Amino acid sequence: MDRLAFDIAHMLAGGLVLVSFMMLYQDRLYALLNIFALHALVLAASVGWQAHMQDAPHLYVTAGIAFVFKGIVIPVALHRMIQRLGIHREVETVIGVGPTMLAGMGLVALSIAVMLQVTEGADPLAREDLAFALAVVLLGLLMMVTRRNAVSQVVGFMSLENGLVLAATGASGMPLVVEISVAFSILIAFIVIGIFLFRIRERFDTVDVSALDRHRGERQ
Amino acid sequence: MTGLADYAIRAILMIPLGSALLLAVLPGYRLTARLNVLAAMLSFGAALVLLIGGRPEPGAYLLVDDLNIVFIVLGTLVGFTTSIFSASYIQHELDTGRLTPGYLRFYHAMYQALMFGMNLALLANNIGLMWVAIELATLTTVLMVGIYRTHEALEAAWKYFILGSVGIALALFGTILVYMAAHPVIGQGQDAMIWSVLIRHAADFDPSLLNLAFIFLLLGYGTKVGLAPLHAWLPDAHAEGPTPISAVLSGLLLNVALYAVLRFKLLLAANPEALAPGPLMVTMGLVSLVFASFMLYRRRDIKRLFAYSSIEHMGIIAFAFGMGGPLANFAGLLHMVLHSLTKSAIFFAVGHVAQVKGTQKMADIGGLTVSHPWLGWGLVIGVVAIAGLPPLGLFMTEFLIVTSTFARQPWLAIPLVLGLLIALGALFLRLNSVAFGPVRGDVAPAQASYVPMYLHLALVLTAGIYLPPPLVEWFRHVAAILG
Repeated sequence: MDRLAFDIAHMLAGGLVLVSFMMLYQDRLYALLNIFALHALVLAASVGWQAHMQDAPHLYVTAGIAFVFKGIVIPVALHRMIQRLGIHREVETVIGVGPTMLAGMGLVALSIAVMLQVTEGADPLAREDLAFALAVVLLGLLMMVTRRNAVSQVVGFMSLENGLVLAATGASGMPLVVEISVAFSILIAFIVIGIFLFRIRERFDTVDVSALDRHRGERQ
Repeated sequence: MTGLADYAIRAILMIPLGSALLLAVLPGYRLTARLNVLAAMLSFGAALVLLIGGRPEPGAYLLVDDLNIVFIVLGTLVGFTTSIFSASYIQHELDTGRLTPGYLRFYHAMYQALMFGMNLALLANNIGLMWVAIELATLTTVLMVGIYRTHEALEAAWKYFILGSVGIALALFGTILVYMAAHPVIGQGQDAMIWSVLIRHAADFDPSLLNLAFIFLLLGYGTKVGLAPLHAWLPDAHAEGPTPISAVLSGLLLNVALYAVLRFKLLLAANPEALAPGPLMVTMGLVSLVFASFMLYRRRDIKRLFAYSSIEHMGIIAFAFGMGGPLANFAGLLHMVLHSLTKSAIFFAVGHVAQVKGTQKMADIGGLTVSHPWLGWGLVIGVVAIAGLPPLGLFMTEFLIVTSTFARQPWLAIPLVLGLLIALGALFLRLNSVAFGPVRGDVAPAQASYVPMYLHLALVLTAGIYLPPPLVEWFRHVAAILG
């Protein structure tokens, strides 16, 4: 039974890394949002399983937040926003899909090599969870770097944050996990509302962040 | 005595929080600006009471010790003087229609929310709580940087937001790793996140996990300090937001992030097997210093100029703390205090100058000492101070840092001195055209309150000439804690 529980936790955490990879090569915004919703669902399942295994009922709250807020509310809100901004056709990556995937693989290898080496003494479940979590964080960063579109940068940031929640729940008995996931949800809500309130579309005619560069204050 | 200190702690946290809520609903510019000043003044008073009122036992969430009390007193003082400057600055923004009363209400509420976030981060004994507080402080400043809603302001706010979020995300990962390191020694739960418990057991932690944690924390909080490869948000955020926010960012928020780095540096220093955090901080500090010094030459916007100067000085401070030892720590601490005072004084002057001239471009500003003597000479004194010339206080601290470096690592002193000289040249080149020479731009008299600016400059001058022995004793003690 213990072995099975371990394997399920392992599978869910590994699944999160896999979904992160799927996000890297999406070239349509709608598809990207769907994959992100999947990412959040896998996270919710993983956190829920950890809650069950560690017998920590408060983690169910974190799982619930991941499921409702990041799995449903945020993707739906972004979906409508993209529709209203009329940018559903575009996602441009700065570098091609091939190099991005290669870079992603390198990052995953790096995080596993670093984490497994560093955490030799720790409990094996937490240890591998942490390695996967670092991989998700780095893939999220990679996505933020390779995208120009403000919406997909935000999606990249949210997937990065999912990796952090995975790490926090994997560290058994860590206090404040719920509070931290709430704080992060507030942050994300701010970002999403920010995009909307700032009406980047109206002001810049595009959500392409590179267009913002034109308005730098340094010009004569 | 400790009862008094408990009240003071509560006051430091509850006054800004309560007034943030109150200012969010109260209408009327005059009333809210005054309330803002009053709240900031009361917080400063509470911090002074805390300074003399003893040190309560560290609790599960809050902690007062000799290290953070320096930051708290400095933070509430600059918060107080900036609120006075802000009142006169905002009047002008309202008159020219750059801000509407609705935004102003929001601005004042956010100002106090920022104070709350910073005080909480400084007082936090729980590393998770500290992280949440720094996130709160970041969010409020993002909102204030974007308050003018111009193209530039939105870009600056967005950039700050994304980079700041990545920074605090990395810091959270580092925090989780610290918990993982503490977990086998201290056991599950709350205790493994309480700093005062962590530091007692730090020697038994797994060193490699602690090393990794510190790298994440240094990168994460280092983004907020504005250290060199991670500084990209800083000049934009300083240049495009309201000037009081530039003053608070440079004078306070950078210090709070640095304080977080110092806390974790202490944790690492307490573990004999962990890597020495010093060389990392020395490298980042030197890179920031030299890079920012060169960047100073190409600036055309006056607020950007001083934003780069902040990067330069945070580099010097990180360098000093990275060198460690009683003398360098003492100098670093004093440099941090004096830099906060000087830089906020400069921003007070720059804010009024930009309002009078209607521009931040240095090409359109000239002859300030003739057209606006009070502002112009204030700016001149501020720049002389920030460039590190005698007799002002920053000369002494930079001198101490350079001499202690020469004594211990002579070859490190070369880039340090080089960076300082390059920055000095750039600042005087710019100052010359802005403060002297033919008058350019509008000559209408400024409606400014000069008290905060000259108060800060007087403090910096006094520090350069005479440091009271109790202050020296106190700072020496804190420097000894920092190891």
